[in-house]
Amino acid sequence: MKLPLMVAALALSALMPAAHAANLQANGDPLDSARWQDMEKTFLAGHPFIFDPRVKVTGPADAENPLQVPITVDAIALGKVEEVVVFADFNPIVQILRFFPGDAAAYLGFRVKLQQSTPVRAAVRTTDGIWHVGGTWVNTVGGGCSAPSVGTALPAWQKQLNEVSARQWRDGELAGRLRLRVVHPMDTGLVAGIPAFHLQEIRLTDNKDQLLMRIETFEPVSENPVFTVQQQNAGRVRASGRDNNGNVFSVWID
Amino acid sequence: MNKLIGLLLVLFSGVAGAAGPAFDYALQAQRVTDNVYAFTGRNEDFSTVNGGNIVNTGFIVTDRGLLVIDSGPSLRYGQQMRQAMATISNRPILQLFNTHHHPDHFLGNQAFADTPIAALTATQQGIATEGNAFAENLYRMAGDWMQGTEVQAPNTTLKPGKVNIAGRSLRLLALEGHTGGDLAIYDESSGVLFTGDLVFNSRAPTTPHARLKLWLASLDVLEAVTREPGFTALVPGHGAVTRDAAPIRQTRAWLLWLNKSMQEAAAAGLDMNEVLARPVPAEFSGIALGEHEYHRSVGHLFPAAEQEALGHAH
Repeated sequence: MKLPLMVAALALSALMPAAHAANLQANGDPLDSARWQDMEKTFLAGHPFIFDPRVKVTGPADAENPLQVPITVDAIALGKVEEVVVFADFNPIVQILRFFPGDAAAYLGFRVKLQQSTPVRAAVRTTDGIWHVGGTWVNTVGGGCSAPSVGTALPAWQKQLNEVSARQWRDGELAGRLRLRVVHPMDTGLVAGIPAFHLQEIRLTDNKDQLLMRIETFEPVSENPVFTVQQQNAGRVRASGRDNNGNVFSVWID
Repeated sequence: MNKLIGLLLVLFSGVAGAAGPAFDYALQAQRVTDNVYAFTGRNEDFSTVNGGNIVNTGFIVTDRGLLVIDSGPSLRYGQQMRQAMATISNRPILQLFNTHHHPDHFLGNQAFADTPIAALTATQQGIATEGNAFAENLYRMAGDWMQGTEVQAPNTTLKPGKVNIAGRSLRLLALEGHTGGDLAIYDESSGVLFTGDLVFNSRAPTTPHARLKLWLASLDVLEAVTREPGFTALVPGHGAVTRDAAPIRQTRAWLLWLNKSMQEAAAAGLDMNEVLARPVPAEFSGIALGEHEYHRSVGHLFPAAEQEALGHAH
C-alpha cells in the first residue's frame, strides 16, 4: 500500500462505523478480476483509491438479455460526490458512462450492453480527491456489444430519434424520482457496416437552470436508454442532450 | 515401440469408453388414454444433467400409423423417442407436428427427417430466423447431449381447422401469445387436448416471445375446449398430464399477475433492478422455477410496461 493512500484509508476508517472500516481495502480486488490492474491505470491513473462497500452497484447475477442489463449505482452514503465513472472490465468498450451529480443524488439507474460475463464497477470521486470503488459480477451469455441495434432495422426509427419520454414522481416512497427514456440506437461501431452512433451527453437542469446532473454516455449504454435519477427539485426539469452526430434534443419534464 | 503405443491407445480408449455417459433420456411413454401417449419431462431448467428433457411430447396411434406432437430438445431425444414409440406400436410415423418454434419442441426433428414435419407459418418463420441461435444456446446449456443436433425445419405448412388423418378427427387450433404461432391439437376421437406451451402445469411459464393479451385470449379458447362433453385429458407443454383445466387456470393466474405486476411497478417509478428484487407471491409457491422465470420475464416484459408509464416530453 502506498503511504498517502494508507493515510487516506486510515483517516476514512476513523470517520466511519467499524463494519464499514473493516471492509475498506486499498488493494486486493474484491471481485478478483484479472483486468483490475488495467482498469486502475485507465480510470484512476495513480490517484488514491479504496474499494468501498458504500458504493453499491446492483445488477442481476445472471443477465437474461445481454443487450439490456440493468445496473444501478448508489453512492449516496458517501455524501458529496464530484464524479462517478462506470466501467465493465471485460467489455470490448470498457467505459459505459460517467455522471456528475449537481443537486441530484449520487444515484443513477440505467441499462448496458455486455459482451461477456464481467465485473461492472463504479468509481466515485469525492471532494477530497479519493476514488471509492464498488462493483458486482454479472454473468451473461454475451454478444450484447456486437449485435446490431433493433432500431436501425426498423424503417421509422429516424423520425423518432432523440424523442424523450419521461416522468417525475413527487409523492410516496419514491418522491423525487425522475425517469427518462431517449429513443436512440446507441450503435457501438462493432457491427460491420454500422458506425458508432450514440448519445454523448444528457444534462438535467431545474427551472432556474441549476444543474441536477450531467451524464456522459458511451457506446455500451443500451439502445433507447432509460435513466432513473433521484432529486429533490419540486418543479419542472429540463433534459437536453446530444449525440456524436450532432443531433440535439431539449425538452421539459413536468 | 509401436506395440507400446498400440497398448497405450487400447488402454486410453478403454478408459474413455468406460467413462463415457450413455446420454439416455430414459423415455417412457405414459398412456393418457387408449392410443394416446405422452412423454413427460422434468419441471426443471435446461441442464447438462437433464440434457434438455424438460418438455412434454406425445403421440397418437392411428390405424395407419403414428401422429407425433413435438420432437424434443435434441437429435438424441428424437431418436430415443422413436425407439420408445416402437415399443408401443410398430406402425410407421405418418406425420410430426411442431407446436411452436422454441428449441425444446423441435430440435429432435432430424430423427423424423423421413416423415412430413408440419407447423404453422409463424412457427416456420420463427425456426428459420431464430432456430440456429436457439440450437447454439442449447449446446451451451445442455452440453454433449446435443451432439449432432442441427436445425431441421418443418417442411409442411399447416392449415388450421378440422382434419381427418387416418380415420382420426383432429382439430388444429392456430393460437398465439406464448410465441407468434402456437399450435394446440385437440384429438376429437379421444378427447385429449395437446396445448403446447400455451399451458404450463406447476412450472412457471416462459415469456421470451410472449404477448400476454393474445396468450390470455388463447387460454380462453383452450378452456372452452375442456368444457366440451368429449374432453378427457390435457397434455400441457411442461408439467404433468391432467384430466381437468386446472393448469389452464394456473397459467392464466400467473400471466395476469405478471402483467399487473409489471404495470404497477412501472407506474410506481421502479427501476428494473428494483422490479427484479420484488418477491413472487406466496400463492405461486407450488410452481417450480417461479423466481427464475419471474426474473427472466422482467427482462422480457418490463421495458414495454415502463414505456407505457412514461409520458411524452416536449
